[in-house]
Amino acid sequence: MMDLLDILTVFGILLLLIVLRAIRREHIRVEHSVSWLAAAAALIVLSRCGPWLASSAAALGIREPSLVLLFLILVVFLGVFYRFSRIVSELKDMNITLTQRVAILEFLLREKDGAA
Amino acid sequence: MVNGGRTLILIPAFNEEAAIGAVVREVRELLPDLHVLVVDDGSADGTAPAARNAGARVLSLPCHLGLGGCVQAGYKLAFELGFEEVVRIDGDGQHDPRFIPRLLDNLRQSGCEMVIGVRRGAGGGYSTTLPRRIGIQCFRLLLRPILGRAVADPTSGFVAVNRRALEVFARSFPLEYPEIETLVVLQRRRFRFVEVPCPVRPRLAGRSTITPLRSFYYVLHVLLGVFVNILRLDARRAARAVGETFDDGSA
Repeated sequence: MMDLLDILTVFGILLLLIVLRAIRREHIRVEHSVSWLAAAAALIVLSRCGPWLASSAAALGIREPSLVLLFLILVVFLGVFYRFSRIVSELKDMNITLTQRVAILEFLLREKDGAA
Repeated sequence: MVNGGRTLILIPAFNEEAAIGAVVREVRELLPDLHVLVVDDGSADGTAPAARNAGARVLSLPCHLGLGGCVQAGYKLAFELGFEEVVRIDGDGQHDPRFIPRLLDNLRQSGCEMVIGVRRGAGGGYSTTLPRRIGIQCFRLLLRPILGRAVADPTSGFVAVNRRALEVFARSFPLEYPEIETLVVLQRRRFRFVEVPCPVRPRLAGRSTITPLRSFYYVLHVLLGVFVNILRLDARRAARAVGETFDDGSA
């Protein structure tokens, strides 16, 4: 039976492969893949650091070392989600401004053509 | 009294092909001196050509932005074109254009930045669904302490604004369900508004986009928007207080 840390390693590798594939297919821009790649790499590395996790768990009073990793994953992915929420909000604002600008410029051009 | 050269009638419209032509024609017949601008919010039907055929100028958004983004696009254009007053009416025919002069007269005489047309049905009360009535009542209670005064119809889209408000709205305008947040934005600027009764009619065609399910989202969204605006108001007050301290020479 696989250990939870092994499962998390496999999960990290899968995440890494999915993100790399998405970059290759241009589904994700490189600058926006950094957070995911860093999170996947951290997940793989930490899931292989059993002794460090065990000592951290002991220091925090947590019985199961893999729970420390799950907690770290939660924190990292919440950070990633927050970052992307900010990016999406910023992009939406810019998109609205651009859409309004394009419409107004088209309107003014049409009026100018009509007047000429 | 209507001065057409400086006044714009702004009609945001999304998939209103069936009603927009009649609305534009009615406005133009009643108030031929006024400029009419329809902002087509990326409609999938023939809203833009129908409005154009009826004699309106049409600002066509290349994609759907939602009511706030749509209205703000109209405000931006109106500001750039130098209009002094803008009256916003709905594209479904509920707002009676015979009351536009009443809004404009109040805007000029009161010196306020905005006039709201308080919806009244034919029998004196505004006929709408029970959940909506409850929602509007809740918003009225919520807004009273924030605005420091009562507001009869905070969700009315029948409004007139002068150039001072137009300048602010061209820069900053709530993007979804904007009516209530707009009042808080006005409060932040220390702008004033008055309300005048304006009977409404049944819509000419189509249905309201605010379904019962969306009503919950509407309430949550507006509450959050108002809360955020209050935070900004507090931040502004704090900044002003610091500025006043510095102005006193204490820095």
